[in-house]
Formats: sequence, C-alpha cells, structure tokens
Amino acid sequence: MATTETAHEAAKAGMPQLDFSTFPNQIFWLLVTLAVIFFVLRTVALPRIGGILTTRRGQISGDLAAAEELKHKALEAEKAYNAALVSARAEAGKIVAAAKAEIQADLNAAIAKADAEIAAKTAESASRIDEIRAAASDVVASVAKDTAAELVVAMGGAVDARAIEAAVTARLKG
Amino acid sequence: MAGTEHSEGLAFHPLEQFEITRLFGHGPIHWYTPTNATLWMALATLAIIVVFVLGSARRSMIPGRLQSLGEMAYDFIYKMVEDVTGHDGVKYFPMIMTLFVFILFTNLLGLLPASFTPTSHIAVTAILGFGVFLFVTLLGLAKHGVGFLGLFWMSDAPLILRPIIAVIEVISYFVRPVSHSIRLAGNIMAGHAVIKVFAAFAPLILISGIGVLVTPISILAIVAIYALEVLVAFIQAYVFTILTCVYLKDALHPGH
Repeated sequence: MATTETAHEAAKAGMPQLDFSTFPNQIFWLLVTLAVIFFVLRTVALPRIGGILTTRRGQISGDLAAAEELKHKALEAEKAYNAALVSARAEAGKIVAAAKAEIQADLNAAIAKADAEIAAKTAESASRIDEIRAAASDVVASVAKDTAAELVVAMGGAVDARAIEAAVTARLKG
Repeated sequence: MAGTEHSEGLAFHPLEQFEITRLFGHGPIHWYTPTNATLWMALATLAIIVVFVLGSARRSMIPGRLQSLGEMAYDFIYKMVEDVTGHDGVKYFPMIMTLFVFILFTNLLGLLPASFTPTSHIAVTAILGFGVFLFVTLLGLAKHGVGFLGLFWMSDAPLILRPIIAVIEVISYFVRPVSHSIRLAGNIMAGHAVIKVFAAFAPLILISGIGVLVTPISILAIVAIYALEVLVAFIQAYVFTILTCVYLKDALHPGH
C-alpha cells in the first residue's frame, strides 16, 4: 500500500501515463469495455448492418435486372409495332390497288356501254338521214319531172312522159 | 513585478488532464475502482451502441443519418479487412471493427472539453498493441507451425545476407507492438497537451498588456490544433486498424 502511494505521489509530479499504480485499473476497465463492444457488435450490430447491406445490394441488382427486362420488352413492343405498321401499309396498298382495278373495270365497262350506245344512236341517225335523203331525192325527182313537163307544155311542145323521165333521171344522176 | 504576476496568474498543468481519478469518494485506486477512465470508456461504449445498434434498428432500405454512419463504418472496415488480409481474414472482421470503433470513439469523445481520453494512456494502447501482437503471433504459429518463421527468412535474398536480414526482421517484428501502441498514445497525448498549453496562455489578456497580442493568437492556435486533432483522432484509429490488418495478413499468409 505504501509503495503504491509513493508511486502515485511520484507520478503526480511527472506524467500520469507512467503512474503504474493506475495500470491494473485501466487494463481491467479496458478489457471490460472491449468485451462489451465486441459482444454488442458481434451479436447485434454487425450481422444486422451486414444484412441490411446485403438486402439493399440484392434489391438494387434485382431492380436493375427488372429495368433491363422492361427495356427489352419495350424494344420488342416497338419492333412489333413497326412490323404491324409495315404490314398494315402493305395491306392498305393492296386494298387501294384492288379498288383502283375495280374502278378501272367499272369505268371500262361504262365506257364500252356508252360507246355501244353512241354507235347504235349514230347508226340509227345515219339510217334516218339516208331515209330522209332518199325521200328528198324522190320528191326532187317528181318535182323536177313535173316542172320539166310544165316547161315543155309552156314552150308549146308535146309532153312525152317517157323522154322527160329519162332526161330528168339522167340529170339527177349526174 | 510582471514576472511574479505571470507565475501566479497563468497555470501550466498540461498533464493534469491525463490523471486518473476516482469517480466517487477518496482513497486509493484499486483495479476495480470506477474512475474517469471507466466513465469515458463507458460513454464511448454507449455512443457505439447508439450509432451501430439503435441507428440500424429500423433496418431502413433508405438509411437515415445514424444508419448511414454505421453502414459507412462497416463498409470501410470490411473493405479494409478484405483488401489487406484476403477472404480468410474476414472472420476476424468483428475483432478489428471492435478495435477501430473503440479507438475512434474514445479519441473523438476525448476532444470534448473537460473530458478524459483513455487512448492517451500507454497502459490502454499497450494492451491493445500487445494484444494484437500476441493474437497474430499465436494465430500464425497455430496455422503454419514452424512455417510461420519463414516470415523472417527472405528466400529471395542472397544466401549470405539471409541470416542478417532474419535478425533485422526478428527485431522489427518484436518492435511492432511497441511502435503500434506508442504511436497512438503519443499522438493523442501530444495533441491534448499542446491544446492545454495554448489554453494556459489564453487568459494572459486579463493579467498583462502583452495579452492583447498573445490571447488572440493562442485562441486561434487552439482552434487550428483542435481541427487537426479531430483529423488525428480519425487517422490514428485508421492507422491502428490497418496495421492490425497488415499484421493479421502476415499471420495468415507468411510467405512474402
């Protein structure tokens, strides 16, 4: 007891770090503290924090994978959309072509029908014109004969019906 | 006249802060007596529990401040152990984490005014340093037997030099725990003592006219050294921990 007291007094003059009388105390409490900290960290804190970090890493990589998958899906959807667009365009082109062909066919039929009608009407008109012309030349011939006969009478000649007819017919032909 | 005023007014006791005192009553300090060292180690333990246990209690996917702190410290030391010692050193991670947080928190709490810093005492750091030394030496011998002594035998050096190098290596190996512990205690003690010296100069303005010049300078110096000490508190914890990892690596993989 006396030695520790003197050592304590001596250390008071110098560095408290070299006061060996306090060493057992510090070492004892240090070991207690380290044991408590080690126990708390080992059993509670470190497994828990390690678990949190692992879970978070898993969550992040899972989320990234999901994002990658969604991106893939989006790309596929875009591709499918483009393909659908292309096929729809082709379909529309076909329909347009078919409609054009149909309309052309209708148009051709209508034109042909109209042509036929026009031709029929033309033929009818031509035959009537011929009839009218024939009738007119008959009338002209009879008027010419009558006129010629009257002229012959007026000049005091004898009317030779046959000669007049022949002469008029010959003139009309010329 | 002024000289006597100086010696009366300014109190230079830079080492007083390191004294071990009883928390309760008077009398000798036995090994079980609760002292200021006990108090500040207990406060460090409490702070560690607050940060690492209470901080992570909610297990948030998006961490709050305390939880981030715990996670950062965990990641920092875990990576250090893994990088330096390799995968088989990871099972000693809780032990190394204990050393790191104990040193860091006692250093930082010791920077509070009127506090006490257990790591400024050679008794504490020597137990830490020699504890690590004993642990890694016994671990190396248990893992590799006589092969652990290959640590001292440089097989790539010229044959004549090998015994000389071996002697040097053995000496440096046994100096490790000494430097390991004195580095920590010395750094912490020196910083605290210097702050205390400047603090003793600070009230000079109340005593003498020269204080107009001395007091602002010493206060600025206290602020600057305090900032440095915050850095040192962290760096010394880091250095102690990474050296422990290096020694552990030597024990696990003695080949050079």
